[in-house]
Amino acid sequence: MTMKHAAPVNTAAGRVTRRNFLGGAAAAAGAFTFGFSFPLPQNAVAQTATPEVNAWVVIQPDDTVIIRIARIEMGQGALTGLAQLVAEDLDCDWSKVRYELIDPGANKARAMVWKSQQTGGSRSIRGSHDYLRLGGAQARAILVTAAARQWGVQPDTCSVTKGVIRHAASGRSTTYGAIAAAATGIAPPADVKLKDPMDWTIVGQPVKRIDTLDKLDGSLVYGMDISMPGMLVAIPKACPVHGGKLKSFDAAAVSSMRGVKLVLKVDDETVAVVADTFWRAKSALDALPIVWDEGENAEVSSETIAATLREGLSAPEAFVGNRAGDAKAVLAGARRVLEADYGFPFQNHAPMEVLSATVRWTPERCEAWVPTQAPDTALTAVVAAAGLPAQSCDLHIMRIGGSFGRRLSTEYVQIATRIAKALPGTPVKMMWTREEDMLQGRFHPVTQARFRGALDAQGNIEALHMRLSGQSILSYALPNLMTANGDPIVYQGLLADGPEGHLGYTIPNLLIDYAMRNPHIRPGFWRGVNLNQNAVYMECFIDELAAAAGQDPLAFRRRLMRNHPKHLAVLEAAAKGIGWDTPPAPGRARGIAQIMGFGSYVAAAAEVSVTNGQLKMHRIVAATDPGHVVNPQQVDAQVAGSFVYGLSAMIYGECTVKDGRIEQENFDTYNVLRLDEMPEVEVISMPSGGFWGGVGEPTIAVAAPAVLNAVFAATGKRVRQLPLKNVDLNVS
Amino acid sequence: MAKLNVNGNLLEIDVEDDTPLLWVIREHVGLTGTKYGCGVAQCGACTVHLDGVATRSCALPVSAITPEQKILTIEGLGAQTPHPVQQVWAELDVAQCGYCQVGMIMAAASLLAQNTHTSDADIRSEITNICRCGTYTRVLAGVKLAAERMAANRG
Ligand code: FES
Ligand code: FES
Repeated sequence: MTMKHAAPVNTAAGRVTRRNFLGGAAAAAGAFTFGFSFPLPQNAVAQTATPEVNAWVVIQPDDTVIIRIARIEMGQGALTGLAQLVAEDLDCDWSKVRYELIDPGANKARAMVWKSQQTGGSRSIRGSHDYLRLGGAQARAILVTAAARQWGVQPDTCSVTKGVIRHAASGRSTTYGAIAAAATGIAPPADVKLKDPMDWTIVGQPVKRIDTLDKLDGSLVYGMDISMPGMLVAIPKACPVHGGKLKSFDAAAVSSMRGVKLVLKVDDETVAVVADTFWRAKSALDALPIVWDEGENAEVSSETIAATLREGLSAPEAFVGNRAGDAKAVLAGARRVLEADYGFPFQNHAPMEVLSATVRWTPERCEAWVPTQAPDTALTAVVAAAGLPAQSCDLHIMRIGGSFGRRLSTEYVQIATRIAKALPGTPVKMMWTREEDMLQGRFHPVTQARFRGALDAQGNIEALHMRLSGQSILSYALPNLMTANGDPIVYQGLLADGPEGHLGYTIPNLLIDYAMRNPHIRPGFWRGVNLNQNAVYMECFIDELAAAAGQDPLAFRRRLMRNHPKHLAVLEAAAKGIGWDTPPAPGRARGIAQIMGFGSYVAAAAEVSVTNGQLKMHRIVAATDPGHVVNPQQVDAQVAGSFVYGLSAMIYGECTVKDGRIEQENFDTYNVLRLDEMPEVEVISMPSGGFWGGVGEPTIAVAAPAVLNAVFAATGKRVRQLPLKNVDLNVS
Repeated sequence: MAKLNVNGNLLEIDVEDDTPLLWVIREHVGLTGTKYGCGVAQCGACTVHLDGVATRSCALPVSAITPEQKILTIEGLGAQTPHPVQQVWAELDVAQCGYCQVGMIMAAASLLAQNTHTSDADIRSEITNICRCGTYTRVLAGVKLAAERMAANRG
């Protein structure tokens, strides 16, 4: 069983060792403000020589606690949060905690003892807290049993504090490190209990991440950084029109260029150049004459896609996602009906680290080093492309420079494996260029929405019809998950009930339906998924109704939210945080928004100004109720980060289509938010207990509508088609 | 053939003239702390110091660099003791995925080498690196704290 892969080779002049760094850090220890000390360097845990206590916990003789992490860390901090959950019920000393990653083959070989490794949908913590806490509690029980046996006492007469086991009556004590070897083979008692959340001392604390230091001196090896003796670099290029084919290419034109080893057809739509370095591979690929068969989509443009979606806005047939009363009938007879159309364009994930995978194929064995959010499916992809039996293939988890859903898909793993198969015995690092990453994304799906809302004489919403039209991720990526309502993901945050994301408004006559219109651009799960568009649509239109009714946006929402106290609580908190009850400074304006998604209740309140058509976002206050908070300072980081991602999309994000292909190929045309525009962010965490919601994604959805509603308050302009950069905010 | 002074080591490297410094550092010198993000001088992931000045190495051909110019990478920045920026970054848990952070740290270190009395507005306009994880709030706090420390040390 391989628990931790061999470290890739890196010969480096002037490389700092992490010990140096730590030495320095320790010397300045007085400066550290958090209550827990630095962990040792993670790669001190290169091999697990010590036998495990159980699948989750290894304790070394020096009391180092190694916690195994099966989910993928890609920046979101899950690694630390998951370790906190195990450590809590283990009752160990947090300052001694290190981590170790699990490869999917190891998981399979032990009948999935580490459960699902799939990492998406803000599910790392809410999808595994129970078995992780149990794993910690069982390891604790095993260690206590081992000590009790040595002392000839009953385990339940022993206590544990921070990894020290004590038997008060006899005054004896030992440490986890000293007893761990004697714990081998002890089965955990059947009746292990989890701690009451009231007794938590590690979960709920703002401990620092345990995976930080090697990110600060450049020593962390990401997928892109892997290096092995004899390794070659491959750069693929697929037909820029999705669904098109590779017709021909002229390898002879570039094969004599320096460093070029191979030019090959990878699959029906992809060609690749293999060379000794990235730059030589890229230079050859740029020079390679390629002919594409672009196929039937070569004429498609943003305009034709928009027209198809617009047709869906009034199409007679649609899936139904949420229905109460008879919205259509009430609207037909209503005295006052408001109508508005909204739209949200394609977005690319654009993680800072573009896609890569390294593979070594021989006729006997295929080994892959892959940054992935879906280790199981990535391994399956390796097996499929390698043409070898599953037991002859292995996949090692590599660290990831951001992902946001992009690496839930595994087509790049297949491409890398196919290329390596053409060069038996040679390790091949496949790297994408940013341009390839932009063109071959799995895009945030394009949708539009049409609202019709009826107001009665008192300004109450009598009826609301929200028609969604656009692309379904599931119909492309996971068609077996489609339901009678079409793609359930399309209704994120808009459902009638359920723990994942139900609508926070009670409207007597409501219809939310969906006309599926799938353009050829390939969609994928993008941080926040459909909650992003849905929050913009719903929260901005509710604001429109409030304005039409002549009411304050908060007061208007309160009346609709009487039956939704948790939704309302976060909205009230965000509004209070921004100072809703007192007028903003002259020239400033405010907006609010709320939604529920990924099991959490979230809201935002924004304060902006618009001067000469220029938007400035001054402050945003976020409030979130995810049920339980494992690490408040990481929740802060996730909320602020999600705002950057959501606001980037709102202001700049737009992948347009011309001649069947995406037009934006790099950050010069796909701009994103930077430090100069970053508003102040305040985060109110208000876990109400009793449920476990996600953190990484939900808040992304509320930043944009809160800002857009504030823009309306400032300018009187409703921004209904994103991104904002295309809208003139000058007040004429 | 390029002659480069990287982290105080004089190196002779057999590469084509148009090879960007980034790829020479990563693939020929073997220092992978400097990252590729865009290749078109947009994101700052590839930031190194060229004679102390933060420079995007992805769009700089090696032929434009003389052996006299000192190239400092992240591996050289904290080689003796951690740079105050690295120190503060650890304290504030700035990094998320970390991929952009090396470039952020190099940009911040260069800014503070020139001026530790920077205003918020200076920091916001000078640090133009992209972070898709969205660490900007802590980056700003980190640069400010590092500036205070460095100013205090200089007395
Ligand atoms: S990689 Fe050099 S600026 Fe982006
Ligand atoms: S920390 Fe992930 S891109 Fe900045």
